[in-house]
Amino acid sequence: MSERQTIDARGAFCPGPLMELIAAIKLAEIGDEIEILSADKGSAEDIPAWIAKVGHEMVGVTEMDGHWSIVVKKAK
Amino acid sequence: MAKRILIVGGGLSGTIVANGLVRQLGNELRSGSVNITMIGTSDQHMYQPGLLYLPFGRIREHELFRSQRKVLDRRVPYHIDPATNIDTENSTVTTASGKTFGYDYLVIATGSRIMPQSIPGMEEGGHWFYDLDGARKLRGALDDFKGGKVIVNVNAPHKCPVAPLEVTFMLREYFEAKGILDKCEITYTYPIGRLHALEPVAHWALPEFEKYGIKYETFFNTKEVDPKGKKISSEEGVTLDYDLLITIPPHNGAEVIEQSNLGKGGWVPTQKETLLQEGSTNVFVVGDTTNIPISKAGSTAHFEADTIIDNLTSLVKEGRWARNYDGKVFCFVETGLSTGTYVWFNYTTPPNPGPPSQMIHWFKLAYNRLYWLSARGLL
Repeated sequence: MSERQTIDARGAFCPGPLMELIAAIKLAEIGDEIEILSADKGSAEDIPAWIAKVGHEMVGVTEMDGHWSIVVKKAK
Repeated sequence: MAKRILIVGGGLSGTIVANGLVRQLGNELRSGSVNITMIGTSDQHMYQPGLLYLPFGRIREHELFRSQRKVLDRRVPYHIDPATNIDTENSTVTTASGKTFGYDYLVIATGSRIMPQSIPGMEEGGHWFYDLDGARKLRGALDDFKGGKVIVNVNAPHKCPVAPLEVTFMLREYFEAKGILDKCEITYTYPIGRLHALEPVAHWALPEFEKYGIKYETFFNTKEVDPKGKKISSEEGVTLDYDLLITIPPHNGAEVIEQSNLGKGGWVPTQKETLLQEGSTNVFVVGDTTNIPISKAGSTAHFEADTIIDNLTSLVKEGRWARNYDGKVFCFVETGLSTGTYVWFNYTTPPNPGPPSQMIHWFKLAYNRLYWLSARGLL
């Protein structure tokens, strides 16, 4: 059964939201969703760009109160 | 009845916690109202950052090691008996020899390990310096290297976030000193879209790479290595040829964490300010073992350990919480074989590294010795 996990990477300067996502995707099963919370606007652009490059699925990017919620699904 | 503090893991963070607690709880240890026990896997304590220097002949192997029994305060019984199951519901830890240890407070400090075997071909085709055997093999490969394409390949997640950049700059100087730099092409690959996770470090590194002609490939997450064809390919669809592949393999946490169902990948879900296992009031997690989105580095382990010492001491002596961890990380950055800089940050302060200097490099060399005072809880 698919799972959804949230990584709160707000205030994480190193390794940062995208690196956390890459590490989490390695441990996830196909179909699992991962939500990354990031205070860094750059992540809202970098993460969808990387997801498109490697062929996972973007579920959505939402601007919240002072941070972004980026949800992706492991596709392969 | 005595309060039992059990520490699983004899690396830097577990050792600092143990030695620091002994200094704070000397009276309680003497009276028998507290006891502190450590379970580890080795009689040797290794200074892991020293491995960076080994392939370049800049540190001797014996300088990396001390007897764990001597590093650890004599008032802490040390069992070289790897933990095989950590049962936080029943507050017990079982070991390879079949012993069971109970606890009132548990500190999980089981660390991380490299996983080259998780990427096809990496074990056969790659060199690394993140363990002693790998660093020795890389030293041999560098001794024999006459020139060609060198790839420094970084994978996520990994500990010591600046080591890949450090080794790249050190390699360039090493080849220059050996007189083969004109026959070498260095390419650095990184998982995200810049040269380092820390944006200011990435901004500093880019002109340095350009100045020295170091090539780079960002958004490169290794899919496989072809050891026969000497090629490395990424999930992003890029394939590079190499003559010498130096990889920073992806890491996992300790096997016992996964075996005990305490966390996927061996990383224990941990509250980022209290350093308590999520949902727990008596299980602390320290160093690489946590799943906190923060650098896996010796300084992180050190600053977390200091927080845990204060809180465990305060809980035992006064029944109250002392303070939260602020996310502090401090890293030296070697920018070659004779210059260095440093960077620090916490959950609210962004990093802002200064210009490299020879003095900071010397300070790092001094810290290579001072480490043993840190592990003893004196620095």
